Amino acid sequence: MIGLIAAVMCAFSLVCAIFNSRTNELSAAAMGSCEQAVELALTLAGTMALWCGLLRIAQAAGITAFFSKLLTPLTSLLFKDCGKQAVEHITMNLTANLLGIGNAATPAGIAAVKAMAQHGGKHLRRNIAMLTVLNTASIQLIPATIGAMRAAHGAKEPFDITLPIITVSAVSAFAGCLCVYALSLKGNANESQ
Amino acid sequence: MKANELLIPVIVTLILLVGVFRGVDIMHEFSQGAKEGLCTAFEILPSLILLLTAVGMFSRSGAVDVVAGVLSPVTQFLGFPKECVTLAVVRPVSGSGALSCLENVLSQVSPDSYAGRVASVIMGSTETTFYTISVYFGALKQKAYPAVFAGACLADMCGFVFSALAVRLFF
Repeated sequence: MIGLIAAVMCAFSLVCAIFNSRTNELSAAAMGSCEQAVELALTLAGTMALWCGLLRIAQAAGITAFFSKLLTPLTSLLFKDCGKQAVEHITMNLTANLLGIGNAATPAGIAAVKAMAQHGGKHLRRNIAMLTVLNTASIQLIPATIGAMRAAHGAKEPFDITLPIITVSAVSAFAGCLCVYALSLKGNANESQ
Repeated sequence: MKANELLIPVIVTLILLVGVFRGVDIMHEFSQGAKEGLCTAFEILPSLILLLTAVGMFSRSGAVDVVAGVLSPVTQFLGFPKECVTLAVVRPVSGSGALSCLENVLSQVSPDSYAGRVASVIMGSTETTFYTISVYFGALKQKAYPAVFAGACLADMCGFVFSALAVRLFF
């Protein structure tokens, strides 16, 4: 699916670049973006290593278990039978998202989907989809970057968009989860293994 | 915002302190976890290379403007400010691209205007959907299935439509 999207995007870009006479830029993007990917992976490697390391300490010290108890009402509602390990990672992922630490959320999220895959179970696909969708809806308590940018451009109250942002995030996360839930009801009937 | 700057250092310190307090073998646990993190980062690299190439071609070819033009009747009907269309198109595919779009909007119109606020809310309430999906499923070495795309795209669409609605409602 993602491969198909990439192919369609490339084909569409090619046509657009020819009509916009931007073939020069297109060729630079086609050859240069791979470097960007390596740079990104290297940057990610640093933060991933740091947060995964800290996460292990937090697990051994029982911090994650504490948070996962705190968030149990939410996680048990959204995720079914995904294993204790995965629940702890999910909790850390959600907490990091709420605090707006994307760098910490991604490794925890990746660890969570890996733990889910290892645990298996018949709700596996739904659980993974649910976590992915929750992460694409970006639920954040303090939109720090955006507030800073608004302040730089002279907004009277840079953070007055916080409440609308949280509302919209919640609504779209809810819609996304509902969609995953509805689709998995059908999917489970077709291909329960 | 000093509190924001302190958030990460405080969390790092707290985890380490609690670890020491509970008698955790900190160096051992940390390097085990860090090793896993490193492996994952390099496991996702191959799929990231193809995806970022496609995204880079898309954003530099002017394809974004074409999509924005095609969408303009729909966005006008929804009362969605035209300044934000490019942002909405770029947002799901590129985080840094979206950030520069927001910067662009805020320098054109006041951050306290309708379009400025809608752009801010879009930026805050949606994510780089395709990047997130490719990272998670790259780590799983699995193909993403329709439920994931349907849920994520629906969440994005809701984010765009309700951003405009929420700004009108709250201000």
